[in-house]
Amino acid sequence: MTPLLVAQIGLTLFVFVMLLNSAAVMVYVERKVAAFLQQRLGPYRVGWQGVLQPLADIVKLMFKEELRPKAADAFLFALAPIIAATCAFAAFAVVPFGAETTFGGWLPEGLRLQVADVNVAILVVFAVASMSVYGIVLAGWSSNSKYSLLGGLRSSAQMISYELSYGLALAGVLIIGNSLSLTDIVNRQAGTWLGFIPKWFVFLQPIGFLIYMTAGIAETNRAPFDFPEAEQELVAGYHTEYSSMSFAMFFLAEYVNMVTVSAVATDLFLGGWHGPFLPESLGWIWFLVKVGAILFFYVWMRWTLPRYRYDQLMRFGWKVLLPVAVINLLVTAAGVLYFEL
Amino acid sequence: MLSAYVPIAIFIVVATGFALFTLVVSGLLHSEKYNKVKLEPYECGIEPTTDARDRYSIRYYLVAMLFVIFDVETVFMFPWAVIFDKLLLFGLIEMLVFIFILVVGYYYAWQKGALEWA
Repeated sequence: MTPLLVAQIGLTLFVFVMLLNSAAVMVYVERKVAAFLQQRLGPYRVGWQGVLQPLADIVKLMFKEELRPKAADAFLFALAPIIAATCAFAAFAVVPFGAETTFGGWLPEGLRLQVADVNVAILVVFAVASMSVYGIVLAGWSSNSKYSLLGGLRSSAQMISYELSYGLALAGVLIIGNSLSLTDIVNRQAGTWLGFIPKWFVFLQPIGFLIYMTAGIAETNRAPFDFPEAEQELVAGYHTEYSSMSFAMFFLAEYVNMVTVSAVATDLFLGGWHGPFLPESLGWIWFLVKVGAILFFYVWMRWTLPRYRYDQLMRFGWKVLLPVAVINLLVTAAGVLYFEL
Repeated sequence: MLSAYVPIAIFIVVATGFALFTLVVSGLLHSEKYNKVKLEPYECGIEPTTDARDRYSIRYYLVAMLFVIFDVETVFMFPWAVIFDKLLLFGLIEMLVFIFILVVGYYYAWQKGALEWA
């Protein structure tokens, strides 16, 4: 066992635990921010200012009875939450979150702060994002409940519709980044223009960033696109029949997906770990700040905007977002040609 | 080359293991007292009438088919985008031709009402 291998394994487990933690933190932040926006207190009883609320929720869910409708497909019903959780975690494996580091000379060579350094990272993210539809569709179908089925169908139609724009927004970054590796793309965003504007791709791809964020919100089924779980019409959508820890798995998956979408957005558009004032070895602080800002924006959106109507959602996805994404791609290509970037 | 993917596999195994572990532990902890009504699908308290797997709107199939066409297009654009700095003008013109053919199909689908929902 070389120190590098030990460090790599340690890093893998660390990232996993941190993702779990981030989901717990997001549960708390979501409730606190919601309360703040609605001039309420939010959870404040469990621990200081209610910070232990997620833990209390987990303990409660652990002891809850697990129900499965008699007519449900037992195998698929059990499989669906596992697929949802696994896909959510898998996508984060290729996301880099800091520059190469030796931990102050402790390691003989630099360790990349990333679970897997794959040269086609963006393709992996895109592929895993498609896979996560399965968890939701299987959950909806196997429950044998009308609400679940409708929720699952809606969700799958929504996710595949917005995946097109999501992919096209990524392609725009590829044209100026010239690489499928997230690490390379982040490193291309180092430095500044004119000494004060950071060379982030968001300034070269403003439309692409907006498309990515919109499609990302639709992909993670968050408000204003939270149709799969539109309470007023579908009770709880695809997870209506789920209870106890299997229910928790879907929520875990949703929050981890949010974190992944934000982290990828940070790497692609906001310069990843590059930022002023801090040395490169502490870049992960910048990364956390940027991801946190996007996540806050997500929560803010959810508690501010009303939900779309379903036909509006499909029309927007197919008739507005998709053409705009294609045009953005072509304009980017023409721009690269003209300005010889 | 392939060894770069090993950490992803480990990560997936850890995630699956975690999911299974928590589900099993929870299964050991909670009580189970079932009865007929509890095991019925939720339908706002009314007795379920028909099977849930009924016929549903054809639009979902249409969306799925359109998705396959346009998703292949997107994936096709990825390698083009990565080496665009080498293809330059030739690459742009080629992609314009490719997208023109797709736009014809897109226009047809639009006119046929395949993108309408209602």
